[in-house]
Amino acid sequence: MDILPILSTLRRHKLTAWLLILEIALTCAIVCNAVFLIGQRLQRMDMPSGVAEHELLQIQVADVTTPANPYARMAEDIATLRQVPGVISVASSNQVPFGNSSSNGNIRLDPAQPQRTLSATTYFGENLSNTLGTRLIAGRDLQPDDFVDVEAAMKALGTGDAKGLPHVTLITQTLARRLWPGQNPLGRLIYLTPTVGLRVVGVLDSLARPNAYDINTAQYTMVVPLRMGASKDQSYLIRTRPQDRAHVLAAALAALKKVDSARVVTTKRSFDDVRRKFFQDDRAMAGMLVWVIVALLIVTALGIVGLASFWVAQRRRTIGVRRALGATRANILHYFQTENFLLATLGIALGMVLAYAINLFLMTHYELPRLPAIYFPVGAIALWLIGQLAVLGPALRAAAVPPVVATRSV
Amino acid sequence: MFAYYLGLALRSLRRSPGLTALMMLAIGFGVAGSMTTYAVFRGVSGDPIPWKSAQLFVPQIDAWGPVQMSGPGARSGTNEPPDALTYADAMALIHDHRGSRQSAIYAVGPTVLPTGTGHSPIPVFGFAVYDEFFPLVDVPFRYGSGWSADDDTQGAPVVVISDTLNQQVFGGANSVGRSLDLDGRDYRVIGVMKPWNPQPMFFDVVDTGGFSSDGPALFLPLQRAIASGMENVGAVNCPKGTQPGAGYAGLQQSACVWLAYMVELDDAAAVQRYRQYLDDYARSQQTIGRFGWPPNNRLRDLRGFLEYQHVVPDDTRVSLLVALGLLLVCLVNTAGLLLAKFLRRSGEIGVRRALGASRRAIHAQYLTEAAVIGVGGGALGLLLTGIGVFGVNRMLPPRLADLAQIDPSLLALTLLVAVLAAVLAGVYPAFRAARVLPAWQLKTH
Repeated sequence: MDILPILSTLRRHKLTAWLLILEIALTCAIVCNAVFLIGQRLQRMDMPSGVAEHELLQIQVADVTTPANPYARMAEDIATLRQVPGVISVASSNQVPFGNSSSNGNIRLDPAQPQRTLSATTYFGENLSNTLGTRLIAGRDLQPDDFVDVEAAMKALGTGDAKGLPHVTLITQTLARRLWPGQNPLGRLIYLTPTVGLRVVGVLDSLARPNAYDINTAQYTMVVPLRMGASKDQSYLIRTRPQDRAHVLAAALAALKKVDSARVVTTKRSFDDVRRKFFQDDRAMAGMLVWVIVALLIVTALGIVGLASFWVAQRRRTIGVRRALGATRANILHYFQTENFLLATLGIALGMVLAYAINLFLMTHYELPRLPAIYFPVGAIALWLIGQLAVLGPALRAAAVPPVVATRSV
Repeated sequence: MFAYYLGLALRSLRRSPGLTALMMLAIGFGVAGSMTTYAVFRGVSGDPIPWKSAQLFVPQIDAWGPVQMSGPGARSGTNEPPDALTYADAMALIHDHRGSRQSAIYAVGPTVLPTGTGHSPIPVFGFAVYDEFFPLVDVPFRYGSGWSADDDTQGAPVVVISDTLNQQVFGGANSVGRSLDLDGRDYRVIGVMKPWNPQPMFFDVVDTGGFSSDGPALFLPLQRAIASGMENVGAVNCPKGTQPGAGYAGLQQSACVWLAYMVELDDAAAVQRYRQYLDDYARSQQTIGRFGWPPNNRLRDLRGFLEYQHVVPDDTRVSLLVALGLLLVCLVNTAGLLLAKFLRRSGEIGVRRALGASRRAIHAQYLTEAAVIGVGGGALGLLLTGIGVFGVNRMLPPRLADLAQIDPSLLALTLLVAVLAAVLAGVYPAFRAARVLPAWQLKTH
């Protein structure tokens, strides 16, 4: 293709050409970064929870008058829920993955070390692995005689008596790998308090923390055999078949009301709702960015259409002369397409540098990771396509200019 | 003259409707994108109490020592004290009373038991505070008022309730003096607030994270809440490896931080004195052996503290940047199109110059034309902003979406930005157009 004549024409419209290049560069840079941000959000929203998400229900109730024996109340509630038709399994838990409010503990591998090794979330409650559907990949599950009443444990902690405290724990494989890379975690000790270590007896495939804001620490999870009494912070978790969820939830609530009619239901939802709620900010942000990208591409396309139409109108006579001298319609069409391709390429090259600079800025100010190289071609291809599509109309109009224009005076 | 330029501009625009529409569309999109995001941003980061935020301060006292870092500072490795206060420190500050007004604050979650049959219990969310809290943050009252200092010292069973709770329990009547059952205990209603839900909930961001969809349902004296064992639903953070003992007694004796604190200081001298006071206090604690480290206090003003707590989500800031990028692209776009359009008319400019128009007149004419495009783009931008804010309200989580609303000042800003953007984009083209030499231009024709 004849690039030289195009370049010499562009030299006569230096400023407009540069403005177009600048516009393409800015669009390219912003689109690269925005697509990357969307990718980050989608990746976060896809975070595994480690539980049977489509089979779980969560219920929280608040008792108006505190029951005399919260442990007995808890046992009664669980037994009642087990009777509900369609219920496969019931557990009590202090928290749920992506449930936001969480209980966390500072882990030490040696009770004497001054700084914690890391902070992990701690799940308390009975029958958790079964109900949540977490997969045990090594060791054993927690047994009924591992469990200690939480009040007794608190008292034991106060007196420094090791006997009343739980002695074993389950951890996730992510946590195991982080604490003891390349070694067998079973039988090792974790210290949440200086008094007594918890022996790792089982390793879970995956179980996300309630406050999984950082994808790197989202699986730092332990399950500790503490028996909790009924309280408004405890959740009842019910496993059922996906299609039974709605009516099991209704029946379970009715059953709980029957135990104590004065209690107030504060939470009743499926795990799908839990996930939707936890990631709603990410979804909103991704949606907003998509709209901004769409608006940007539209504006850039409009700009290209405008400038190209203007140039075509300005060069009508020249086009007529070329046509009269033997240029085909295809030649004219290709001329404008090539011109656009050249401008877009320059813009994209500049845009890549800019995209990198914007990413550096975001990295230092907003704790974002580095922009992977894969996003650069995405922006480039998008802009080449947009450019070619936008220029097609004006270029076709140019190709339609009849040779006779050359002989007419303006 | 302006009317003449306006006429010229309209005539010129009518000659190339496609290009004009393109320019207006570009400006409209840019303005709408950035204004929609700005609406969200301003909603989230707005100053909840602009008339007073410069006088409100949040003291932080390092009760944990240098190895126990907490809060946002822990990540960056700076030696920031905890976000909240221990009971001992909060009470010392209350007792010394060095600011003009002050209050310790923590979140409570009692259950309201309405009288009469057929009413179910209402779990509510409120705060335990001191009497000075109400004038401190200018709580608006519909009926009654806050309580007195005596009520605080005696731990009187009084309560200030929200408009919503007053509707639910008393049907919206003036309920001052009537009694309200909280967790099975009787409290006397002493004040009813007007609807009040400041966003962010600036007086206790540590407990609320800054946002809640409903405003606080009630306030009651802090010592009363402790004495009656009302459930503390706020954040309790303890130094590593320690656990508070059972109940409030345990919390009160622990080194755990669970009380927010706010103090009003009227001028720079008062702020200086208060800083000095905090340091003296920490030094006295060091002397008696409670703190094994030199004073490490902070006294941020309200806006500084909200920023420190990252109350505005990073997400919103990033999307604001993206939207500003959109506006920039639109500006560049419009500048390019205007330039192309204006330079095409060098013949016309030549004639006008030859007939005696000054450069200034050419500038004025072309800036008028740019402004007309700006107004058109702005009108389109208004429409698109409306659609955008509506869309955002459907997309964002409700707690944030409520904040993003169209208001007159946002509309005015949209229009202003559009016109400014267009005029700015027209400055160089107008300048170039005016530089055309009349003689040369006429000769070529």
